Amino acid sequence: MEYKDYYKIMALDKNATQAEIKKTYRKLARKYHPDVSKEPDAEQKFKEVGEAYEVLKDPEKRAAYDQLGANWQAGQDFKPPPGWDAGYEYSGAGQQGFSDVDAAVFSDFFESLFGQQAGGQSSGFSSSQRTSHSAHSLKGQDHHAKVLIDLEDAFNGATREISLQTPKLTQQGTVTTQTRTLKVKIPKGVKQGQQIRLAGQGEPGHMDGNNGDLYLELEFKPHTYFSVEAHDLYLKLPVTPWEAALGSKIKIPTPTGDIELKIPQDSKAGNKLRLKGRGIPAKMPGDLYVILQIELPPSDSQPAKDFYKKMAEQMPFNPRAELNLRTDRGV
Amino acid sequence: MIEKNKSDDIVSGVLLDEHYSLTLTEFCNACKVETRWVVELIEEGILQISNQELVAETNDNWRFTGVCLHRARKVKRLQQDLGINIAGAALVLDLIDENERLRMRLGR
Repeated sequence: MEYKDYYKIMALDKNATQAEIKKTYRKLARKYHPDVSKEPDAEQKFKEVGEAYEVLKDPEKRAAYDQLGANWQAGQDFKPPPGWDAGYEYSGAGQQGFSDVDAAVFSDFFESLFGQQAGGQSSGFSSSQRTSHSAHSLKGQDHHAKVLIDLEDAFNGATREISLQTPKLTQQGTVTTQTRTLKVKIPKGVKQGQQIRLAGQGEPGHMDGNNGDLYLELEFKPHTYFSVEAHDLYLKLPVTPWEAALGSKIKIPTPTGDIELKIPQDSKAGNKLRLKGRGIPAKMPGDLYVILQIELPPSDSQPAKDFYKKMAEQMPFNPRAELNLRTDRGV
Repeated sequence: MIEKNKSDDIVSGVLLDEHYSLTLTEFCNACKVETRWVVELIEEGILQISNQELVAETNDNWRFTGVCLHRARKVKRLQQDLGINIAGAALVLDLIDENERLRMRLGR
């Protein structure tokens, strides 16, 4: 088991006041909240900070933690010294049941020091909400997991295998985690960020309570050339100046296979062509938008240079007409 | 390749989209909240229910979509974890949505 430096996790000084601890926790909680944060590993960090705060916010637990000594390094192999907590009593121990935020998310390190009962609430805001729904407290906790899928999966549907860490209460009253794998069907027509709810696949209920639910959030892996917005797809399509100017028929990829696309005459860079119903299938199927990007051939040879010069002479064209320049001498 | 275990069947859940429909009781159970809290969310404009005209009357006919469930659970977490009130959570949800749209646009 690894020693956890709770002060380091919260970037706090060992002499931090309780007020400082609270303030720092709030800041970090906002920064790493999984619903808000775009930080990588936000969820993991949010849990770590929650665990650190659970100890440091409580003067009793903090004092007990502090007397472990300053010689421990984060990550060092840790065994609590025998009788380490003699003389400390935790007011919360044994009284709290499991609440919505579970003790089970805490590390082994935390469990070994404070036991599983002590971690009833990991959040610093004991809203009236939490206590008021005690009538439902026998239902197991809900689980939440992210599933990465390919764009093609939204077109064809897929099956994904996911691993879940389920906490389990041992006979001695300690908590261990169990890994369980589940094969889940991803239906056709899903959107980025959408959730699938698997009723009863969360944590087991306590006493005769129902199991919690499992919520899977779907996230598309970045695609090489399609980007996704709701059910719509976007494709940046490079074309030559003559294809755009003269109009043309070119082959483009779609998730269901290549098709021929007609580029209208005098198309401009950035023009959007809409292919109705070629997006992600659904009751209201999405569209595929093709965004034209006009690529210039390099003037890397004498004939190419001559050709560009000839164009300049024969095709008077001012792309900066809208800039109202006083003297535009051209080339 | 890992050999497949015969006993693990493929499970399918419900997609929380606009077509999924929950009654008020089912909705409260799924979120583990009380009716009062749900009404607050409707009043704040966080949840759009079908049969909105019946808000003042009996709530047996209210129907909540999967999108509602996703949003309500988010609000609940924001309230619990960050101490935000419902109006603040509504603002956060709107900003998250906008942020996501802008990110998508940036990425393409």
